[in-house]
Amino acid sequence: MTQTAVQLPLPGFEQAQGEWRSQYSRQMRAEKPIRNRSGVEIQPLYSPRDWSGERYLEDLGFPGQFPFTRGIYPSMHRGRTWTQRQLIGLGTPEDYNKRVRRIIEAGATAISLLPCCSGFRGIDCDEVDPVLLGTCGTVINTTDHMDRALDGVPIGEISTAMNDPSPFTLLAFTLCVARRRGIDWRSVTGTSNQSDYISHFIANHQFYRLSLPGSRRVLLDHIEFCRRRVPNWNPVSVVGQHMQQAGATPAETMGFTLSTAIQYAEDCIARGMDVDDVLRRFTFFFDISISLFEEVAKFRAGRRIWARIARDRLGARDPACWRFKFHGQTSGVDLTQQQPLNNIARVSIQAMAGILSGLQSLHTDAYDEAIACPSEETARVAVATQNILREEARLCDVIDPLGGSYYVERLTDQMEAEIEGVIAKIDAAGGMYKAAETGLVQTMIGASALAFQEQVDAGERKIVGVNCYQVEEDPTVPPADRPDADAMHRHVERFKAFKRERSQAQVARALDALARAASSTDDNTFEKVVEAVDVGVTHGEVVGCLRRELGFGHPLIVA
Amino acid sequence: MSNADTRPLRVLVTKIGLDGHDRGSRIVAAYLRDAGMEVIYTPPWQTIAGVVKLATEEDVDIIGVSSLATDHLIVPKMMDALREAGLDHVGVVVGGIVPDEEKAALLAAGVSRIFGPGAARDEIVDFVATLGRQSRSDRIDEFLEANP
Repeated sequence: MTQTAVQLPLPGFEQAQGEWRSQYSRQMRAEKPIRNRSGVEIQPLYSPRDWSGERYLEDLGFPGQFPFTRGIYPSMHRGRTWTQRQLIGLGTPEDYNKRVRRIIEAGATAISLLPCCSGFRGIDCDEVDPVLLGTCGTVINTTDHMDRALDGVPIGEISTAMNDPSPFTLLAFTLCVARRRGIDWRSVTGTSNQSDYISHFIANHQFYRLSLPGSRRVLLDHIEFCRRRVPNWNPVSVVGQHMQQAGATPAETMGFTLSTAIQYAEDCIARGMDVDDVLRRFTFFFDISISLFEEVAKFRAGRRIWARIARDRLGARDPACWRFKFHGQTSGVDLTQQQPLNNIARVSIQAMAGILSGLQSLHTDAYDEAIACPSEETARVAVATQNILREEARLCDVIDPLGGSYYVERLTDQMEAEIEGVIAKIDAAGGMYKAAETGLVQTMIGASALAFQEQVDAGERKIVGVNCYQVEEDPTVPPADRPDADAMHRHVERFKAFKRERSQAQVARALDALARAASSTDDNTFEKVVEAVDVGVTHGEVVGCLRRELGFGHPLIVA
Repeated sequence: MSNADTRPLRVLVTKIGLDGHDRGSRIVAAYLRDAGMEVIYTPPWQTIAGVVKLATEEDVDIIGVSSLATDHLIVPKMMDALREAGLDHVGVVVGGIVPDEEKAALLAAGVSRIFGPGAARDEIVDFVATLGRQSRSDRIDEFLEANP
């Protein structure tokens, strides 16, 4: 709720403010209202009349204290800086392994894995036009592939984030590799980055594989299994990023994301899981746009709303459940193909917005993001940007450094009201699952995307190099780094041979067990996925089996 | 003589291959629809055979293919399939991110134009309108040649 600021007794304030207002209006005749991307009108100046600190303890508190507006831990980045987590994935498992080892040698404590688009579609490498294989991620279809990708990588000591939508085969492969190496599953840490099927159904259609009810079931099985067997793994990452990338405003994005988290939490509770056990492992993943103050207000408001939802609406008693842990990725949508070096400036500002908001981990885009998969050189600049902000700009020195700014606090209150309005709309539609199923959310996002584009087209929203400050330039799109065709061919041939030589009887039994688990109501499908990939069942076979049992995933696209 | 056909142009806006990033294709579809064209919009991941079938059944004048990842690499195969199906008259444009060294293959295969990020609305609409009218008159010419 937006609170009206308390009128502090400030002798002479009204007179001085009145004088400033009249001087301001003389200089600014016929000024048009300015609105941020979420539609909040932005004033030229903020003062103690906009935010006075009267509700400091209720609305802000101290870092690590409810409602966590200023940060979820007492020492925030001053104690432990954010985790640098760059997305990587290209070519064969061997290509990935080379790159990931270099990153670990350079000191990384967290890695990521982005699979090939064919994997996102739920098919194996022998079913795809070879020219497309490994161009956008690594081709990993089996436990053996994962073993090669993670050769020499200390699973159990390093945190792994995987773009691994339902039915979570990449985690299943990783667990089987851990078992082969004698590593206790309780030491496996990381996040199932793309577990949020609702966001895929709505906005990132790329990752959507199983029917809506099927996805709902498999996610719950996955959460239940992980809480029981892989307790330090984060099975849920609620993804706002897709919605903002697809065109939702920052306030809409936060509202949709929190509504999604409510849906998943309520589904877990309905399934009989303990809310305190489950919510502590919820994480969030967001886009960070260049609209700096708006992003800071979005994240501060989001933290506060989540704390209240988790405690008061969902009934979690453990403070760990109230903490809004989030990963941020600088937004590729703001980057331009024109004058690509300008993107380094954009990414710096986006990263700054995320850091000033108190994020837990950060991916900075490479400046060639708008035109290609990053080269090693551009990826290095992206990491250096984070290092410069930490070491040279020293953004870690003070916790929540924008807190207490009249503007930022007022905007945080206003964004909170906008976000709560979105959540109320979703509640009225019967919750996020229903709102997605009926296309309400897709329609809202489509309208916002088109409205934004029309502002750009009309020149009301300026983008340097696109609708202003254009320069004559060579519009060359640089050559893309494509995987080695021969190596990929050998990878596919080796995969075909593997399929011929594995124990077909074991494979048939495992697929049968998976199908039976899917058609029953009380077996855990993810448990059967892990058992299946352990005996050589492939990614495509797992997804195919679950699609037959639970239905094929067709996203609802409103265009 | 006037073969003027004033029915609205019919445009298939689609994505083939494996990528699902569709903000660009949704926006271009809205542009074309606002300009009075009839837009047939598909979800991503269409197969080449599926596009050929749809283009035939929907009797389109233009196909717009959006590619944000690497799916443009199979556009030449789609062009071959369109020719084999006798859809030579259908104009094809590609929008999205295509590295320069990979553009030539698309243009040589018969793609009329490749629009990059930041292409202006009017530029896209005007080009598609002109190409669409051209496709339609080519088709009338083909018909008249075949039926003198």
